[in-house]
Amino acid sequence: MQMYEALRAYNLPDERGHFGVYGGVFVAETLVHALEELRENYERLRQDKDFLSEFEYELKHYVGRPSPVYYAKRLSEQLGGAQIWLKREDLNHTGAHKVNNTVGQALLARHMGKKRVIAETGAGQHGVASATVAARYGMECVVYMGSEDVKRQASNVYRMKLLGATVVPVESGSKTLKDALNEAMRDWVTNVEDTFYIIGTVAGPHPYPMMVRDFNSVVGHELRAQMPEEVGRQPDAIIACVGGGSNAMGAFYPYIEDKSVRLIGVEAAGFGISSGKHAAPLCAGKPGVLHGNRTYLMQDDNGQITETHSISAGLDYPGVGPEHAWLKDSGRAEYVAADDKEALEAFHTLTRTEGIMPALESAHAVAYAMKLAPQMDKDAVLLVNLSGRGDKDMDTVAQASGIKL
Amino acid sequence: MSRISATFENLRAADKKALIPFVTAGDPNVQLTPAIMHGLVDAGADIIELGVPFSDPMADGPTIQRSSERALEQGVGLRDVLQIVSQFRQTDQQTPVVLMGYANPIEAIGYAEFAQTAKTAGVDGVLVVDYPPEESRELTKQLNASGLDSIFLLAPTTLEARMDEVARTASGYVYYVSLKGVTGAKNLDLSEVAEKIPQIRAHVDLPIGVGFGIRDGKTARAVAELADAVVIGSRLVEEIEQAAPEDVVARASALISEIRQALDNA
Repeated sequence: MQMYEALRAYNLPDERGHFGVYGGVFVAETLVHALEELRENYERLRQDKDFLSEFEYELKHYVGRPSPVYYAKRLSEQLGGAQIWLKREDLNHTGAHKVNNTVGQALLARHMGKKRVIAETGAGQHGVASATVAARYGMECVVYMGSEDVKRQASNVYRMKLLGATVVPVESGSKTLKDALNEAMRDWVTNVEDTFYIIGTVAGPHPYPMMVRDFNSVVGHELRAQMPEEVGRQPDAIIACVGGGSNAMGAFYPYIEDKSVRLIGVEAAGFGISSGKHAAPLCAGKPGVLHGNRTYLMQDDNGQITETHSISAGLDYPGVGPEHAWLKDSGRAEYVAADDKEALEAFHTLTRTEGIMPALESAHAVAYAMKLAPQMDKDAVLLVNLSGRGDKDMDTVAQASGIKL
Repeated sequence: MSRISATFENLRAADKKALIPFVTAGDPNVQLTPAIMHGLVDAGADIIELGVPFSDPMADGPTIQRSSERALEQGVGLRDVLQIVSQFRQTDQQTPVVLMGYANPIEAIGYAEFAQTAKTAGVDGVLVVDYPPEESRELTKQLNASGLDSIFLLAPTTLEARMDEVARTASGYVYYVSLKGVTGAKNLDLSEVAEKIPQIRAHVDLPIGVGFGIRDGKTARAVAELADAVVIGSRLVEEIEQAAPEDVVARASALISEIRQALDNA
């Protein structure tokens, strides 16, 4: 297992889960012990050969890994600059990178003897990935989802139900992802003894940001082997969309020490950064504490969390993983934003030139690659982490074009 | 001696238990909150916990979530809450006021400025739900420097070893969360509380308040047999939610007065 080989000088987080001033364990007392127990179990199992080979086996035979890298030749030629390569996480079982993490956490839950798992979800991808592994391992699964999202993502709600999960619509606050997360935390506090909370991104209290990163870092590790095979070297830049930031973190992590590779995270600019209606805390927010960790947040002057907007439900979140906050401040990664319009254009362009329909989340990364590629030489290599497929977004894309399905 | 410690000392001398009502600042509106606070004191409250509204109250059940939302709809922020405390202090210099809320509004102001402004406003203690002791050293330092107490939660899941850590950092009193769950939950188990309180006393030399899920005089009385203070939150906020604006003060006071009687009449 090569999961930790990339660890050399870079050894964050510290033992209390801090990435510089970010991260940490900002939770109510009732959860402190549960997080401590989780941390101890994970610290032990991440070095346990049997656990790691079980994880590897599941990734290979259940998820379908490794996912290929693909040269988007027609798109590259049309743009007339750098070669654009895609890491095909859209080909995973359940259609996105999310399942890498839910398989890992479900195995951990099983080792800890927890028979009930809970999850929060925005667009429904993490909910589906959680319901999927719960079915696979025979666990009870409850998914919290903002009631607004339940309406917007009816087919994913049905998918979760088919998989045997209970979907609980959340009516509080803005009725979206952040409120679903609040409600999942409330469930966990109440059922802390028999319940495992599968967080879907690299945020939340320690050890979640580290653990979710580690489970997703299979993406970056595969890239490190695949790129030299395909193009003879590592890419000049890796581009990934960032909501909470799990697909980006998974791709970036094994490259943090390799400073010759630019790491570029693309946030959702929604209706535009200047409109204030976006989901780009790294580009336009400021540090604070939410959902168990210190990180960049979308907030007002009173420290209240503000409502976000993105056409992509998976990026529609006011916070971001603390490791991204640290990578931004340290200058190791760059963070930019693509708006709804750019993401939609990228969606259509990739669909028409390559026959690959990206998730609207991933389309944000494609949009930035399309901006960057023409400014670069033809021998430059851009790797876009195509974190998920776009089938789930049919309704949204049709609606944006004024079409009712 | 802090106003909180003095209050507990006087109660001990009188062989009484502290009654601590919780209300959200700005619910139903900013003008009514000081009047509600005075009414609670007249009805027998010893300390008032004043909730600071927050957009994402993760540890709260539906009742307090809704009260937070009502306050936020009127734009009530932490600075407004401090204004409310100043106003309350114009006619009450005795009753301790403890702010209870979440980390981010304090982060937005900054620890040093918050501690000074809170002191000036007449705040006595601060309880931040999502700052466990490990993450709140700097804030606690600033609060203590301003003469404010740092109040921490203990939970049914808190191990004894950790109680020492809390004891090192806490002052004023500690707040024992009587159940695994959110505020206003209905699964309070008195025998579990009875088991836990002596454990806490062995490690923490501060008065112990108990809250979450105490809904009537009878339960309050039973809890008071075990602890030093009883916190009434969601049940009181329900009264405020259901009352017409002109009845809010009377209904809130009536509930607290009923619980006061249950506590005092052995």
